[in-house]
Order: sequence, then C-alpha cells, then structure tokens
Amino acid sequence: MRKLTQEQVLLQGNEACVKGALMAGCRFFAGYPITPATEVMEIMAQELPKAGGVFIQMEDEIASLGAVIGASLAGAKSMTATSGPGFSLMQEHIGFACMAEVPCVIVDVMRAGPSTGLPTQPSQADVMQARWGTHGDHPIIALAPASVYEFLELTIQAFNLSERYRTPVIILVDEVIAHLREGVILPALGDIEIEERPQPKVPPEWYLPYGDPGSGVPPMPPFGEGYRYHVTGLYHDVRGYPTTRIDEVEPLIRRLFSKISKDFERLQWFDSFHTDDATITVISYGCVARAAFQAVKEAREQGLKVGFIKLKILWPFMRRTITKILANSQKVLVPEMNIGQISREVKRVNKGECEVATLNKVDGTPITPPEILKMLEEMQP
Amino acid sequence: MKETAELVHIYLRSSKKFPHIWCAGCGIGIFMNALLRVIDRIGYSKDDVVLVSGIGCSGRLPVYVDFNTLHTTHGRALTFATGIKLAKPHLKVITVMGDGDAIAIGGNHLIHAARRNVEIASFVINNYVYGMTGGQYSPTTPHGVKTTSSPYGNPEHDFDICRVVEAAGAAFVARSTVYHTRLLDRLISKALKKKGFALVEVVSQCPTYSSRWLDLDSPVEMMKWQKENSITMEKARRISKEELTGKIVIGVLADREVQTYHERYQQVSEKLKV
Repeated sequence: MRKLTQEQVLLQGNEACVKGALMAGCRFFAGYPITPATEVMEIMAQELPKAGGVFIQMEDEIASLGAVIGASLAGAKSMTATSGPGFSLMQEHIGFACMAEVPCVIVDVMRAGPSTGLPTQPSQADVMQARWGTHGDHPIIALAPASVYEFLELTIQAFNLSERYRTPVIILVDEVIAHLREGVILPALGDIEIEERPQPKVPPEWYLPYGDPGSGVPPMPPFGEGYRYHVTGLYHDVRGYPTTRIDEVEPLIRRLFSKISKDFERLQWFDSFHTDDATITVISYGCVARAAFQAVKEAREQGLKVGFIKLKILWPFMRRTITKILANSQKVLVPEMNIGQISREVKRVNKGECEVATLNKVDGTPITPPEILKMLEEMQP
Repeated sequence: MKETAELVHIYLRSSKKFPHIWCAGCGIGIFMNALLRVIDRIGYSKDDVVLVSGIGCSGRLPVYVDFNTLHTTHGRALTFATGIKLAKPHLKVITVMGDGDAIAIGGNHLIHAARRNVEIASFVINNYVYGMTGGQYSPTTPHGVKTTSSPYGNPEHDFDICRVVEAAGAAFVARSTVYHTRLLDRLISKALKKKGFALVEVVSQCPTYSSRWLDLDSPVEMMKWQKENSITMEKARRISKEELTGKIVIGVLADREVQTYHERYQQVSEKLKV
C-alpha cells in the first residue's frame, strides 16, 4: 500500500467530484438517492449551504434534472448525480437541456444494467445511452474519468464545457472510480481555469436569446435581470418563439451540432503511452484503462510492441485521435465492461486497414491486467 | 384598474406572432387576462416575474406574455420552477398547468411541491380533458362519459385536485371557474401573495372537446353551466354529500402558515456560515 505524501489528501471518487464541482462554481444540486452515486448528493447536502449554494433532494430523477435546469436558467451553475435507472429517467430533460441550450452537468455512475441490474457492481454499459438516450438528433458531450484525481479534474472541465457551449455535459464514471479512494493533490484555485457562459453585450431590446453571434453559442443572461426571453423545448426562432418554418427549424438543429463540432480539434483529450512504435494498441477508458495500462507496461517488459491510449472524452467520439492510432497500429484491442460500445465506434471509424479486437466482460467484476495481457499475447503476429 | 387594451400593450409580446393557438371560446385566455390584471394591480416588475408552464394548451400561455418565460416538459413545470425559485428567491415564480399535465403525468411533482412548500404560485386550468391531443379523458373527466379514448364511457373515477393538494400540505388551496372572474381575480391575488406553495384550480371550458360529453354546444352554454353548477365553500359545508355530487365547490379550501423550504434553508445556511 502506498503512503500519502504530505500534499495529498485521501479522497473517494464521489467526494473528489464534489470538490471539483465546487471549485468550478457549482452552486445548485438536485438529486435523488441511488447507489453508487449517493455520496455525491450527501456531500453536496453538507457543503452547499456552507458555500452559499442550494441543495435539494427531489422526488425522482426527472424532477432532479428539471430543478437543475431551472436553477441554471436563474444563473446558478448546477448539477445532479445518478446511476443507470435514474439516468434513464433523466433522458427526457437531457433532451430539453440540449434543445433549450441550458448548461448543466449530469454524473452517471455506471452500474450493471439493464433495469435494476446488478446493484451495485461496476459497468461501462451506459456509453451509448449517454449518446443516444434522449429522443431526436442532438449533440452530446460525455467525459470518462479513470482516477479519483481525474474525476475531480473532469468535473471542473464538465462545467467549463457546459458553460462554453451551453449544453448538458455527462460524466460517465464507473462504480470502481466512484468508490475508489486515492491520494489526491488538490489543485490551487488560482491554477484552474473557470469558464462562464457568454453574456449579452447588447441592451435587452436588441437581445436575441437564440441568435448566432458567430460562435454558434448565443449569450445567456440569467432570468430576472432585465432580459425577458422565452425558453422552450419546441423548435424555436432566434427570439425563442415556437416555429415550424423550414427556414428556422433546420438552421437551429444544425447550429446545435456545429457549435460543438467546430471545436472537435479542441476536444481530443487523451493520455497515451508507447503508441508511436506499437503494432498493437489498447484503447480504453474508465477503470478498465487502469488495468490496460498495467497490462501494457508488463507486455513492454516482455518486449512486446504494444501501446496504450486512454480516452477522457467519449462523446463526441475522438475520430481524429483514433484514426491516427488505427493508421499506425496493425491491431487494436478495446477492452470494455459491456458487450461492445466504444468498440463499435472504433470499428465505425476504421478504414479497414486495422484489425479491431474486443475484450468484453459483463459479469459485474472489473477487467484485470492479466486478462488484457493474455489477450495481447494471443494477438501477437 | 387599467383597461384591457392598456394591459395588452404592457404585457403581451409585440414581437410574438399572433394569433394565439387557442380555439375560439377557450377559457385559457380568460385566465391569462385575469392573471395579467392581477399582476398589474399588485405591481410586480416584469423582470421579477417568471412564468413556467408544462405541455398542452395551457403550456402555450407563457410565450405570449412579456416576463421571463419557460415552456418545459409535460407535467414537470413545478420541478423547473422549484430550481428557479431556490436559485433566485427574490423572483416571483408562477406555474400554469393543465389538468392532465398537473395531476396525471405531473401528479408526483404536484404532491411533493405542495408538501415541500417552496414558494410557487401555481394555477391548474382544469377543462376535464386532454385538449391538444384530441379529447382523451384526463384524471378529472367524470366517470362514465365518452371521450376519444373512452368510447364506451370513462371506466375511471375522477379526482379532486384541490383536496389532493390540500392533503399534501399546500399553504394555500382554492378553486374558481373562469365564469367567476371577480372571485378568480381575488384568488389569483391571494395565491401570488402567499408565502409558500399556493394552488388555484381554475375550472375552464374546452368548447372543442369537453362540450361534447356535456352536450353543450357553445362556450357561452359552458360558462352558464359553470355558473349553475358552482357552489361556494360556505354553502357546501352546510349541505349533504349527496347534494354536492356534480357541483363545483369554489372559494378558499385552505390558507395556512407553513415555513417555506427556502426560509428554513436560509436559517441553516446562515448558521453554517458563522
């Protein structure tokens, strides 16, 4: 067992998430109890009143995300945390937040499903639900931490992305990382870049709540400060009013996508190890990335030319980064705690020159380094 | 009191594409008129008013008026309103819902909002039917009547919105019809000024759909029906249960002092900061 250094504090993943959220300026939390996400709520209940924020326990997860969106419209950085069954209930309001462009952060601590599933063994099976769970075309951003520190860091980044693009951001974390305790060096507040939603520079009478200022992200003043505007889940014109006009409907949905897709280059967040000369590369995320990293290190010691990449952003899928990996390797291995979700994406962007292997474990226990190492040995040419 | 024309200029959005979506003779416009009249009389700043709605005919109300307006998802208006009020307690948060909206799909949120007692003035426009989707029975549609989803008669029993909300602990509960406009104004005013969760059920007419099973062929006939079938709370207390069958009991059902969620939260928060 490693000892903590003097600068380190021992934190649980869910605890680190709260620390990150408060550093990012989160001042509103609404949630509903569900293992393995409940600690986020419990710690928020303790800390938010001290920080001048508001905590509320709602009657279900639908209500939780509703309250979060309401608070965000009133100007508070807001979040909720849940697990699979609650995440299913939240899908309705994730769509609303996409359509009405309301910043908010949703933590989904993945446990094995479907339905009530395996409370509360880990899983990574909500990846596609995060992408497509709410109805209709929509863009989404989802981040995947692989350590306690990363959970803190990516929670801050989730708020930043959410404010920058006025869009819901999902943190897809697994039960292992959420309940893991690790030594963490807390970042100094001055070292963290905190982003705020864009504000209008024009008087209320000139303000267009859904006009494109060029960046694709309209400025968003809070309710109650003179900019009286309309917010709806219906297709709307630049003033926020419902519309079915074809020259207003399509530009809206196109803008919702392009405000994020124009920045794909900025949204390639990953850690890699020995990818340059690797004939086989392991593509992984979340707790599986820890096992993969260990397996790759051991394989290197054996002289095997293997590489490792850990994805910190799952959505939008990092096509640019992955196609480079696919071009440089002969084979890739995608170990996942599901039947194959990110591996589908890897196969989708693969041009055929690379062999994509999968390692899928769905028995409620984490994938181990020996399991990945064995696979890597078998895959040797 | 200002003339309606003057209120129109102050409160309706000039940039919005009128006409509105409501059928001729719908009661929602009468309610909207009353709400604006009372808001004007109380003198709230338009910047401080947030109007939140769900889905359905009533859900379209906020878009026409010049406040901070939010048209949410079906049944969930109160959840958004809760977040707004707690994040910015100085705002006057008002919700407008329909009967299906508030007590079918939103029933869970309604009883918990009443119990939790966040200061929200809520109005349920009850026209006994799902209007926008084409006249299906709602939780307030009387037992036995034919609707588009109960072609052989409504097999379910209806439910009394006010009594449910009263039992759930709301600080203020009242009922009016759109026919009783003066009473409606008074009740809206009380609900808006109430510290705590307030609900007014506004019995209204759907001349397109509920007129069919009432066998009334015009909005005027339907409003006469409201007049003839209504009975005040005071009178209702004096007569038997049998005599009350089919009557609309109007007036204040409950008016009590309950500490709001926010007051309590503020107290705790202040203590923790010291």
